Amino acid sequence: MTTAEFDEDDNPYDLLAEDHDEGHRWAFGTGFTDPLDGVDTAVPDGVDPAALARCCLALGDDALIYSHRLQQWVARLPELEEETAVANIALDLLGQARLLLSRAGGILGRGEDQLAFFRDEGEFRNVALAEHADRDFAELVVRLLIFSAWRLALFENLAAAPDPVLAAIAAKGVNELAYHRDYAARWVIRLGDGTDLSHAKTQAALDALWPLVGELFRGDPDVQAMLPASPGDRTVHHGTEHDRAFDAVLGTVLATAGLDRPAATPLALVGGRAGRDGVHTEAMGYILAELQSVARAHPDATW
Amino acid sequence: MVTAGATAYDIAAATPDPELPMLTVEDLGILRSVEDTPDGVVVTITPTYSGCPAIREISADVRHRLERSGFGSVTVKTRLAPPWTSDWITPDGRRKLTAAGIAPPSPAPRRTGPVPLTLTAPPSPACPRCGSPDTRRTAEFSATACKSLYRCTACGEPFEGVKPL
Repeated sequence: MTTAEFDEDDNPYDLLAEDHDEGHRWAFGTGFTDPLDGVDTAVPDGVDPAALARCCLALGDDALIYSHRLQQWVARLPELEEETAVANIALDLLGQARLLLSRAGGILGRGEDQLAFFRDEGEFRNVALAEHADRDFAELVVRLLIFSAWRLALFENLAAAPDPVLAAIAAKGVNELAYHRDYAARWVIRLGDGTDLSHAKTQAALDALWPLVGELFRGDPDVQAMLPASPGDRTVHHGTEHDRAFDAVLGTVLATAGLDRPAATPLALVGGRAGRDGVHTEAMGYILAELQSVARAHPDATW
Repeated sequence: MVTAGATAYDIAAATPDPELPMLTVEDLGILRSVEDTPDGVVVTITPTYSGCPAIREISADVRHRLERSGFGSVTVKTRLAPPWTSDWITPDGRRKLTAAGIAPPSPAPRRTGPVPLTLTAPPSPACPRCGSPDTRRTAEFSATACKSLYRCTACGEPFEGVKPL
């Protein structure tokens, strides 16, 4: 076939290369725009903008820090299939973080990058579970199961939040988090119900992580304020709807995996404060040093 | 190629997706609307995944294509709700996916209430190469967030399939 006979629309790769006259190429990292660009971001009447911003920071920081922890695993996972899975989960969470930090930033007058790279540890609102360093693959999948089962239950209700932007972000996240949770659940069962060694490591991971579960159900007032006002109990405290949804999922997975539910006491608060209040574990400083150092060394750089 | 007289919709709709370049944004079902007003063209897109790195590039491509065709003042808007579902991939898009060796998605699960825990792999799609239904999923995530990996037990070929979402 000669080129004259060849309709250029027939070759998708030519189409991709056709009009990048401004020197940018997809995936070459030449700049990001606000992920909420073109979205109506007016805060509706009846929604407290300050509470909405704090809620989005909390949920955005959970996703940002968790994503960073997963990114650290990339190229160190046991199989190629797990590489793509963990990298994709990290990417989904980073996408959620960008949307949520943009929502918060629009209210606070700061960009998503400013919030991610130029806040200090005490200003981050993520829970301790997000910053935990997984010691092995068992901890990776157990922590992911706990985190995604909890976050999924929360996002299912936030999909009806009074703020339409947060509601849309949550609705989008539900489908992604369901994939993450089910991926983690299948691995927990495979390892828990596997060899003596894999069982022992998975039980040890569960025991090590369980003290971090209590914080998830403390019920942050800013997140509560964004839950839809509807009949039934929508709060995230212990003994409520979220806790029951989380309990049911964990119960099924642990029973199928032959794992014991730990009876560990929750990690003690520091003066009544925890991650949502900006009080973090030792791990957080190291995460932020890695996450923020390049942006802080070159504060005017664009990428 | 864009021809004289093409509408703004035609031009925007023909923009290829960077990750699945055999599909246009129209095939993929992410193009919500194109309004050609006296004040300029307003294109509305719904992203596939929260972290999809292609969405920015798609917006830029749509804008460039319209501007090159003589449409001034192009605005690309993002609409997040309702979220994109793989059910929005058009019949033409599904045909193009199969032709490119990628299994199109089965219908997305419809649910009310909590998302049920799924511990078994969902039914595998038929092999896009030989058509055999005898396939198995080898990984739920593939090279991009929107696809899973499969292998055909009949012809032995590995293939990707778009996740039902």
